[in-house]
Amino acid sequence: MKTLKYILPIITILFISSCSSNDDDLILDETTQLNFIKTLSNTDHDVEIFSTKNSLEQGYNNIYLRIKDKATGDYIKNATLTWKPMMHMTNKKHSCPKSTLQKTEGKETLYNGYIIFQMAENATEKWDLTIDYTVNTVSYSVNEQIAVPASTKKNVSVFMDGNNTKYVLALINPEEPKVGLNDFKIGLYKMESMMSFPIVENYKIKQDPRMPSMANHSSPNNTDLIFNTTSKMYEGKLSFTMTGYWKLNLMLYNSTNLLIKGEEVTINNDSSSLFLEIEF
Amino acid sequence: MKKIIFFIGLLTIFQTIYSQEKRIKKDTLETHNILKEVIIISNKKKDVDNKKYIKPLSSLDQFLEESSKINMIKRGNYAWEPTINNMLSDRISVTIDGMQIFGACTDKMDPITSYVDISNLEKVTIFSGQHGNENGQTIGGAIDLKLDKNSFTSFGSKLVTGFDLGYESNSNTKIIGIEANYSHKKFFLNTDFIKRTAGNYFDGNDNEVLFSQYNKYNCSAIAGYKLSLTTKIGATLIYDEATDVGYPALPMDVSLAKAIIGAISYEYSNKEKFIQNLETKIYANAVTHVMDDTKRPNVAIHMDMPGWSDTYGFYTKVSAKKNKHSFLANFNGYYNKSLAEMTMYPTNSSERLMFMLTWPDVRTLYSGIYLEDKIYINKATSAQLSARIGFQNNNISSDFGLGSLQIFYPNLKASKNRFLPSVSAQIAHKKKSFTYTSSIGYGERAPSVSEGYGNFLFNSFDNFDYIGNPYLKNEKSLEFNAKIAYDNNKFKVSFENSLFYISDYIIGKINTNYSPMVIGADGVKVYSSLGNVLQFNTSLSTTYKFNSNFTLNGSVGYNYGKEINGENLPLISPISYKANLIYTKGFFNYKIEVVGAGAQNQFSKTYGEDKTKEYTIMNLDTGYKFYINNDNIVLKTGIENILNTHYSTYSDWKNIPRMGRNIFVNLSYILK
Repeated sequence: MKTLKYILPIITILFISSCSSNDDDLILDETTQLNFIKTLSNTDHDVEIFSTKNSLEQGYNNIYLRIKDKATGDYIKNATLTWKPMMHMTNKKHSCPKSTLQKTEGKETLYNGYIIFQMAENATEKWDLTIDYTVNTVSYSVNEQIAVPASTKKNVSVFMDGNNTKYVLALINPEEPKVGLNDFKIGLYKMESMMSFPIVENYKIKQDPRMPSMANHSSPNNTDLIFNTTSKMYEGKLSFTMTGYWKLNLMLYNSTNLLIKGEEVTINNDSSSLFLEIEF
Repeated sequence: MKKIIFFIGLLTIFQTIYSQEKRIKKDTLETHNILKEVIIISNKKKDVDNKKYIKPLSSLDQFLEESSKINMIKRGNYAWEPTINNMLSDRISVTIDGMQIFGACTDKMDPITSYVDISNLEKVTIFSGQHGNENGQTIGGAIDLKLDKNSFTSFGSKLVTGFDLGYESNSNTKIIGIEANYSHKKFFLNTDFIKRTAGNYFDGNDNEVLFSQYNKYNCSAIAGYKLSLTTKIGATLIYDEATDVGYPALPMDVSLAKAIIGAISYEYSNKEKFIQNLETKIYANAVTHVMDDTKRPNVAIHMDMPGWSDTYGFYTKVSAKKNKHSFLANFNGYYNKSLAEMTMYPTNSSERLMFMLTWPDVRTLYSGIYLEDKIYINKATSAQLSARIGFQNNNISSDFGLGSLQIFYPNLKASKNRFLPSVSAQIAHKKKSFTYTSSIGYGERAPSVSEGYGNFLFNSFDNFDYIGNPYLKNEKSLEFNAKIAYDNNKFKVSFENSLFYISDYIIGKINTNYSPMVIGADGVKVYSSLGNVLQFNTSLSTTYKFNSNFTLNGSVGYNYGKEINGENLPLISPISYKANLIYTKGFFNYKIEVVGAGAQNQFSKTYGEDKTKEYTIMNLDTGYKFYINNDNIVLKTGIENILNTHYSTYSDWKNIPRMGRNIFVNLSYILK
């Protein structure tokens, strides 16, 4: 009897571990580098959402998805998709900046795009995600609530210029910051309406990364961000001399080189009003 | 008052034991024509009886300071940094019995000389300029610390044990040393242990110099075994550990500095054959250095700064003789791993720690060969030719570290090769009482780990952060030496000059594009090649023997160091002088000494220097040796800085004042 007492838990563990490895087999192939987030379902399909991060969160999210035929268990390889994230606030609803959804290059079953949630959910105000897709000329749709918790550090900024135009500015890269020179990428969008967030082109973003805990010292050889017409984002170089908390002070200039937002960091001014944060 | 009573007590002891007189050796420095200098520390082969120095339990640093070629940079009362010809660690080669070992501190708080103690050593050989390239590349010269090895007995076995006790009043320093040496026809084993504990010292105004304390102990075991009449094998193990070391001139102290040094060797010698001696040795050493700011008040941000330096190496040395030629070849190689970290603790404890590599795990692989030929042309004239060629590879093995440096050098590759040549030629000619020596040399050196790969190394001397530069060219030096010596037994005089023309001189240059990392630093300097630099050193020393009892020594030195058409170099000694009168009678000796320097008017403002005032201090010491039964006792005492002068020299980091009046007593007891 005593032996059994010890054997049983071992068997249980073996059983559980073999089960979980079976699960891994199911989430096979093309998503091994990704983190599973959620499945949105309708009667015909399961739409599985993945991200490069562990969960969705406020700010930039690099999202992958695939569609499983519930009947056959196969993944659909020829769908065309659109998506619409929506924030349901108490008195209004609005969407957010996003890309289109494309078939992922070099992959059979994956589609990808990005969404920038400019605000986090709270107890009463939640995001949902609608995905409309067509498979062999038949249209389908899924819609479900998604969890978008606040980011621990400021990775997106919503602000207005002098003409009351609202902008959304989001940190896209470095996703995994390192000590050294990082590729710095920022997305900039104008809030044309509650539903429309077009990309702002040909502005310029000056940067000044600082470490407030180390007498606000800066780092060398950073380059300002300029618009890249291919990626449709603002790109520059950002250097970190050490790990820790960095405040990325920014100054946004429009295409006629007029300062839209932000202030220079000086001895008397610790920080710009337009900034992002990275801690690693 | 207490000190005075103690001193009077000692004098009384002296008088009572005065009657036992025998001869004492007084030559402590042998100056060779080959522009080298040897400091004898102790010699077990002679039964430990020649505790030659007036202060036998001095730290190694104090011994080195006695040399006319060496100046010591002081950041406190411990771990002084030796310079030769006014050139610092990066420009000189320091080895322990031919073994390469590198400090693990990014701020030069642990020169190699701090990892051995006098109990380990028999002598120190100092070479000027390219004459020091036997063990490695150098510009300024070399120091080789020769370990004290017992020899085999011709018959039977012998055990010699002894202990040393020392006390110094100013810093309340206590020294205790124990040694036991066993020798046999085929085997010997030397063991020793020494411990030093010092409190804060007081300057000439009787002000306590805070954070100048230190604790250190060192033990070593050296063994030899005779395989045959001509061959033997040996093993060496040294462990050295310093804790709670204060550096009053720096913003941080050291909680731990330790080194383990080990070697095994094989030696063949046969004076009859063409190859007279062959020695081969493999060695390894590991140095750990941990800086500590936890005891300092008002620290802007708490930092941990540990560093590690591990070295593995070998050498094979062959000496041969044929007709008028004496050949020496030394083939050596080493592999060093230098890593240093910095972790800063933010005031807001919820923030992540700030971490960086200050030495990015740099691996240095060096191999080289040295060839020397001494030619005895005739009775009066001899020449010496030597050459070393070396190949060095540096590799940044940490991706994290490589990334840090790529901030400054985006296309930097991890690996870099360098070829390092060095040659020298010397001729010496003797005519009656005169000896003329002149030499010419050319050498190159690779940048040190800090100069090549340092990442925000704070230098408190000029208050700048330093960034290494992996693209630095080799530093090149062309040197000329000339020496004239006269000796007629009663009167000796020697006049020595050396001139260094250094191109691609490595030094930090301000880069205003970079902002400093260390809180309070004035800016960032990047190591750069400075064009051409001229350094000139000249010294005149004389000895006059009045009679068998009285000897008068005097020396004066002048140094010059300047960028051609530019600024003064930092840490160049002003005119300095030393004079002493020694009285010897049998086993009793007595020395009164005056040491001083002129004002440092040629200082370098750019490198954080200011004018250092002139000073003169006086020292007095006396020693006595006697026997109880067969045991051997040496008692030495003295007063340093008798007049309690408040002073600081050009080589005192941030002008920290030197020690005020200090009374010391050393007792050595050797049991046979």
